[in-house]
Order: sequence, then structure tokens, then C-alpha cells
Amino acid sequence: MAVRSLATRKTLTLGLNSTRLTQSRALQTFSLPDLPYDYGALEPAISGEIMQLHHQKHHQTYITNYNKALEQLHEAIQKGDSSTVVKLQSAIKFNGGGHINHSIFWNNLSPIREGGGEPPKGSLGWAIDTNFGSLETLIQKISAEGAAVQGSGWVWLGLDKELKKLVVETTANQDPLVTKGAHVVPLLGIDVWEHAYYLQYKNARPDYLKNIWKVINWNYASGVYEKESA
Amino acid sequence: MAAAASMVASSSFTFPSQGLRLPTRSHPCMKAQRRILRKDASNVIAATYELKPPPYPLNALEPHMSQETLEYHWGKHHRTYVKNLNKQVLGTDLEGLSLEDIISVTYNRGDILPAFNSAAQAWNHDFFWESMRPGGGGKPSGDLLDLIKRDFGSFERFTEEFKSAAATQFGSGWAWLAYKANRLGVENAVNPWSSENDKKLVIVKSPNAVNPLVWDYFPLLTIDVWEHAYYIDFQNRRADYISVFMEKLVSWETVNARLEKAKARAAEREMEEERRKKEEEWKPTDGDEDDEGLEMYVDSDDDSEAE
Repeated sequence: MAVRSLATRKTLTLGLNSTRLTQSRALQTFSLPDLPYDYGALEPAISGEIMQLHHQKHHQTYITNYNKALEQLHEAIQKGDSSTVVKLQSAIKFNGGGHINHSIFWNNLSPIREGGGEPPKGSLGWAIDTNFGSLETLIQKISAEGAAVQGSGWVWLGLDKELKKLVVETTANQDPLVTKGAHVVPLLGIDVWEHAYYLQYKNARPDYLKNIWKVINWNYASGVYEKESA
Repeated sequence: MAAAASMVASSSFTFPSQGLRLPTRSHPCMKAQRRILRKDASNVIAATYELKPPPYPLNALEPHMSQETLEYHWGKHHRTYVKNLNKQVLGTDLEGLSLEDIISVTYNRGDILPAFNSAAQAWNHDFFWESMRPGGGGKPSGDLLDLIKRDFGSFERFTEEFKSAAATQFGSGWAWLAYKANRLGVENAVNPWSSENDKKLVIVKSPNAVNPLVWDYFPLLTIDVWEHAYYIDFQNRRADYISVFMEKLVSWETVNARLEKAKARAAEREMEEERRKKEEEWKPTDGDEDDEGLEMYVDSDDDSEAE
């Protein structure tokens, strides 16, 4: 069926700011951001089949449910229905978190011919060496922590803006990195939910983590780092 | 080998046997593997947990659950949990405990210790394979159906609730039908159901490796909703997997057998509770007048004088 028609390179759009008016209330709803590359462009590190399912089904479902939860929240707030407001918090965290995390993830990946896998230069490269000794050490650490996540979750490289240092963190389920600290900004996140690798790697999550570095987009991480540490 | 025998007995009492196989003392090659666990005099051979195969061939659940899924799910995931469990238990205080005891100890009131994941997942998967059978599905009958109707309104309502629990367990985890025993204080964990549900069937969902044993419930049925359980056959379509599980895979016979054991255990506990209460009442106090009182009780306890 449809390979994403991305013959023309698309600019990075996170989709987090797309606005649509629903009914008469100015409730912002969200839509699935386009991938900046074809589904198959990350092979053989990540299969096209996985990329398509991951994007079109999993991420889309988070967005659909996020929008639904937001609409219900909106109503509940207007009605002053506190019990419903509180009850919706977990759905918002699950699905909103899923949308946030996956939007970042697509930007964290890049086809090899577009720079995927190329080590970070500039200030992020320096910061990595300072904080972790070397890029290889950081990669080992992220891979090890990602492999050790029990159940579903993410492993992150983040910038703690308050402490002014790089950190490696894991979050459970779809908790965004901010749940680990209000001042922690995600630079790079790797999805270690089984859906992110199962069709290709089955139970061998460490193999997935070993191979994904070939398509990690350090340019994006560098950009965020420079912006956030300015 | 009394210690070893009692270990086997306790583990097979109410839960699916986890394949605890203890080498006999006489077997020559086992002598070399004997390890002394405790500093006391008894020589207890270190028991290792074994990967028990499902009670049917790996292709027997086709087309509803593929052989490929079983090969990975049982052959890799489950096998790894058992392997890790043995590694984590070796040379620790956990060695020699039954699987259920390890689960209980390492759950640690929610502040889980490392071996919990391996132990609980080893147990959960044994329980899961046995919850299914080729040609399964359909409806339960007899006492089980009556209880389902009593506690959920109808079999259809039960199915809806169970499927919903399985579908809404966010991330990895399990959904369960369980028998909630008549206990108010559950020491090991926060009890998710209030005491109104005592001696009833309940549906619960749990994250990652957690199972209803930690709440002292008696599990009757489970569905694994970790993505690895359904991704090969259904990809993201968890709801379809759950439906197929209910319609084509559930072994109501096994659930029934478990229910009988649950009820028996609940009855035993009730008797034990009664006995303990009576003992409390009849405990002699310091006052001397009570001697006569004590005698009266003793008399009335004598069957031949029963009124």
C-alpha cells in the first residue's frame, strides 16, 4: 500500500502546534506529524514494516485518544466536574505522553545517507565527552539502561538545565522525560516498548539497541542542546 | 529429604506446578551438584526452577495463536525469565523457597526486589499457558457460571469487563479473573478491592510482572497483554487478540478446577479463623474464678454432654 509519498524532503514539523477549531470552542487538537523520511529509509536498522505500524497505528492511536481525553477534560472543566477532571489525568498522561515522546523520536532518527549515525560535533560533542568520558561510553550506558527497562518505557539522554549537565534517564510507559525533573529537557529518546522492535528483533532488545545507533540523528539532538543551553 | 518433599508438596497445593524437580540423592551425577544451603545440619539440595512446556504442542493453538508466537513467547521470553530466576536466586536467601514464596518476599510491599520480575513472570507464564487449550473458548458451566452470573450479572457482562481490563492495562501487564478470599488485612500489598468483594469473583489488571498473589487473591484465569504476547499475530490490534483469546482459547475446565481449589482453600481458612478465635476466647486469664469457668467450657465441649 502507500509508502509515504516523501519524494520531496519535508521540513521537520512536529505537529504539536497544528490548530483546528472544533465546534465553537477553540480547543486545539493534534494531528499525526509527517515523518521526515520514508518508512523504509531506516533499514536495515529498523524495518519499514515497523516504522509504518509504529507511526500510522501506535502514534496515531495516542493522538486520537489524546484528543478525546482533552475534549472530555475541556467539558469537565467547563462544568466544574472535578471528579472527571482528576479521573482523566492518567489518560492524558498516557496518550499525551505518547504523542510527545513519539514526536521527538521521529526526529531522533535519520537515514544514514542523511546523516544518521554521524557522531555529534560542536558543543554537544564536548558536553558528552565532559559528562561521560566519550561517546562510546554514553552509548553503552544508554543501551544498558534501555535494555534494563522492565516492561514498557523509554531511555533518554537529557539536559538538566538547572544542574547544567547531561543525564541518562529512563521513564516507564509513556511518561515524558519531564516527569523526571521539571528542568530536564529531552535531547534523544529511544522507544523500548516491544512494538518499537518486536517484528524485527523479537525478544532481542539489546540487538535493537545496538543497531539503532546507526540511524540516530545527532544533528537534531545538537540543535536542541545548543538552543536549551544558550 | 523431608525438606525437599515438603517443598514439592507446598508448591503443588494450589498453583500450577512450576516444574520443581529435585534430584534424588542416589543419582550419581547429582552428588556433584549438591549444595548445602543452610548452616544447619540438614543437607538440602539446591533446587533449580525448570521451564515447563505448555500442556499442548507449540502449534496446537493455531490459527488463533501461531506456533511462531509460542516459539518466541515460551521458547525465548519464558525461558529467559526462568534462566534469570535461577541466576538471581543462586547463593541467596531465596534459594530453596517455593516460587510463590519468592514472589511474596521479593514483592516487598511494592518496593520490588530484583528477583521479583523473574519469579513472577515465570509463574505468570506457567499460569497463562495452562489457562488456554486447543479448541478452547465458549462458555463455562456449572458452579463457575453461576458465580460469574452472581458477581457480574451475566456471562456477557463478565466478558465485557474482562476484555476492557485487558485492553486498558496501559503498557505491559496482565488481566485476571480471581477469587478474592475472605481476608481484610493483606500484609504484603495494598489490596485493590474493598472487603465488600470478599469471597467473590473479581477482575483485576496488573502492570508488568505483578500478579494477584501479592494481594492474596486466588488467580483463576489470566491473559498476557505484554506486546510480545500478540505482536507477531496481531501487531497493534490488542483488542482483536483479546477477543480471539476469549472466543477460542480460554480453558474453562482449568478455570473451573482452580475455582474448586480456591473455594476449598477459603473454607480451610475460615475453619482456621474460627479455631483461632475460639482459642483466643478460651485462653485462661489470671483470675482464679476462671478455673470453674474453664471447666464449664471443657464440659460443654465434650460431645457426650452436648445439649
